[in-house]
Amino acid sequence: MSRTISLTLRIWRQENGTSQGAFETYRTGPISTEMSFLEMLDVVGERLTLEGKEPVAFDHDCREGICGMCGAVVNGQAHGHQQGTTLCQLHMRHFKDGDTLVIEPFRSRAFPLIKDLVVDRSAFDSLIAEGGYVSVNTGGAIEANTLAIPRKIADLALDAAECIGCGACVAACPNGAAMLFVGAKVSHLALLPQGQPERSRRVLAMVRKMDELGFGSCGNRRECEAACPKRISISNVARLNREFLKASLLADEE
Amino acid sequence: MHLDAKIPSGPLPEKWDRHRFDLKLITPANKRKYDILVVGAGLAGASASASLAEQGYNVKTLCLQDSPRRGHSIAAQGGINAAKNYQNDGDSVFRLFYDTIKGGDFRSREANVYRLAQISNSIIDQCVAQGVPFAREYGGGLANRSFGGAQVSRTFYARGQTGQQLLLGAYGALMRQVKLGKVTLLPRREMLDLVVEEGEARGIITRNLISGELECHGAHAVVIATGGYGNAYFLSTNAMASNVTATFRAYKRGAAFANPCFVQIHPTCIPAHGNSQSKLTLMSESLRNDGRVWVPEKPGDRRAPADIPEAERDYYLEDKYPSFGNLVPRDVASRNAKEQCDAGKGVGATGLAVYLDFSDAIKRDGLQTIEMKYGNLFQMYEKITDQNPTDRPMMISPAVHYTMGGLWVDYNLMSTIPGLFVLGEANFSDHGANRLGASALMQGLADGYFILPATIGSYLAGLTTKTININQSTFLATREEVENRISRLLATRGRRTIDDFHRQLGLLLWKDCGMTRNEKGLREALARIPAIREEFWHNVIVPGSGQALNQSLERAGRVADFLEFAEVMVIDALSRTESCGCHFREESRGADNEARRDDNNFCHVAAWEFSGPSTHPTLHKEALSFENVELSQRSYT
Repeated sequence: MSRTISLTLRIWRQENGTSQGAFETYRTGPISTEMSFLEMLDVVGERLTLEGKEPVAFDHDCREGICGMCGAVVNGQAHGHQQGTTLCQLHMRHFKDGDTLVIEPFRSRAFPLIKDLVVDRSAFDSLIAEGGYVSVNTGGAIEANTLAIPRKIADLALDAAECIGCGACVAACPNGAAMLFVGAKVSHLALLPQGQPERSRRVLAMVRKMDELGFGSCGNRRECEAACPKRISISNVARLNREFLKASLLADEE
Repeated sequence: MHLDAKIPSGPLPEKWDRHRFDLKLITPANKRKYDILVVGAGLAGASASASLAEQGYNVKTLCLQDSPRRGHSIAAQGGINAAKNYQNDGDSVFRLFYDTIKGGDFRSREANVYRLAQISNSIIDQCVAQGVPFAREYGGGLANRSFGGAQVSRTFYARGQTGQQLLLGAYGALMRQVKLGKVTLLPRREMLDLVVEEGEARGIITRNLISGELECHGAHAVVIATGGYGNAYFLSTNAMASNVTATFRAYKRGAAFANPCFVQIHPTCIPAHGNSQSKLTLMSESLRNDGRVWVPEKPGDRRAPADIPEAERDYYLEDKYPSFGNLVPRDVASRNAKEQCDAGKGVGATGLAVYLDFSDAIKRDGLQTIEMKYGNLFQMYEKITDQNPTDRPMMISPAVHYTMGGLWVDYNLMSTIPGLFVLGEANFSDHGANRLGASALMQGLADGYFILPATIGSYLAGLTTKTININQSTFLATREEVENRISRLLATRGRRTIDDFHRQLGLLLWKDCGMTRNEKGLREALARIPAIREEFWHNVIVPGSGQALNQSLERAGRVADFLEFAEVMVIDALSRTESCGCHFREESRGADNEARRDDNNFCHVAAWEFSGPSTHPTLHKEALSFENVELSQRSYT
């Protein structure tokens, strides 16, 4: 049932990537527990606007948990404490009256800060550009049902392909690794017959790029899996390691 | 303004083939000399960018979001239609064409819709080749499900996230071209105006959303794929940043806006919770395959659903429409839900919802089967409402979802401004007065992968390959107009927030230009919109500066355009005195209370031309002719 709670927010405010940032404290006033976390931030933003201040900048778009645009660290956890949930789908009923919430951006060397809670995640696009696709031009496709794919394989591929590219895995990782993100894409395509021709080249190129962009290495702490709003399994990281090893040892020179 | 749809002659099945043969081609060596701007990176924009770059054109792709993987196509849940007839249930290109024309209540072009049905099969082939993990049968073949408005199973899907998987496929293809150097990607850019040089589109002005800088981009052709304008209503299933700005700015530069009053209201959305609701969430139409829609038979019955015995439930869709049952098209389902709620039979805290009940399906097929089909949708529902739909029926209510109206385009997808092409939801082309489920993904990808790449060359072939100079006066003058507008917004320093105005406009449109419309309400809206707009420009607060990331400024610009655009929408709704598809004029209904078309007077596309500020736009009609289907009153009984 709907009730109201009041919270204290300590939010990271930072003008831009080069300026000094700091936490500022805001009180929410009564908030309906039916609201989403971002709707709560909207309410605070409206009030700041009326007070002649700038509202907190944060990325968001679909507010349905699928576009991957939103995300912040709430009380030390990427997307907050609710498992398998993006920040936009986290509802205020999961907080108690009087709680204090510390809200910070996704911090990582590979994600430079832009403003307040907004960070630059274009490194993820650079990773995909290295080979997170099947190189097939429009028009060059065979008839779709020519390729029989066992249902179980298609399901496993989709489990990996569900990644929304939000960056929570990187923010949660003590090393700032992008292994879960890359593992998900490599797994999606390595499992499917369409991904086979470029299987080795893809994994080698994506891992090389990952290092180049300043992402850290995996320490098997599994923080990424715990933070992932789509519950992408850590087994995709294991598959990434296997794929990388196999490709490094066995791949033909390209 | 003269509307020439450029529909090819010849029998329907041969038109597209003949047309492609008649179009001028550009040799591969010359394609690299042409620059093309693509605005928007959803399904239509990403697929067009990738396909044009593959052909050799120089493409520059711009999007609002931080990455081209985030366009709102990503939120499409249910699926994508194609006429593969894998189920051997009588489907064909002609049937998909017929269902789509009929679903659109005979307000779309035969030739366009037929082409869409023809291309549908190639889209599935293309997406599978990209590695899109569609649902499969145990034998390894592709699975299908049924959707509203069709009696065959032709919808391909990937759990409840088909749009995401298709978009990630197109995004991959786009990023491959970025890597190859054929696409320049500019994320976090918003198109704020179109540059027209001697009557032809030659570029755009964008705001770099991080630095605030206003940038000029020149090209031989501009492609707008910026989606629909459902957010005019404030609450809709659209993403928060979805807006009308790109298409409306193009309208003000001379592109006709077609059928702006055709707005689809989706029947199965999660009901609003209160005043701080920021957007509405859709529950896929696929749920209506197994969910049964009902309300209590007695008005005002506040008992819990489990306490209402079978005999006191009204399964109104099954009773009224025995052959389509719960799978009637969206407009019909939404209006019927409204009718029940207006009669006091609505449920939930606001009395504006109806039940969607899975208990019979669970009894029939078992909980496991039903959860396998809809598990992720059930979880999404539970996350938002804190109720488990396998224990208690879902509560759903209608919400603004998709806009069939958009910039007018000819058969080549070119607007009334030469050189300006419009794709996907941003154009008006294929869905008539109501879009069928699983057809938006099909249209976006048909436009982007197959149609534009075939037609754009014919326009470009007539141009010189000289690079467009962005230092010329038209660019500078247009940029200055944009700059002045931004300065004005920042200087207003009023007392009401942007959302406050947006919500006011949304409520007005929902009331007077929503699921049902009448002359009195529309006239009232037409009188009130200019007053809200007037106040907006004097009393809005836009904090912050123009030279930095400023999300308030972004929203203010979009709301300012909605406030102008809304008037065109209402004018269109007022002038179309018939009911058709989603556009239900209370004055025009049949004996059965269903929408009644007026083919004698309204069998046309209404294309509106901007005629100057505070001047009534000029109406141009494109007559629709039907040679291959019979114009019948739509019936789903």
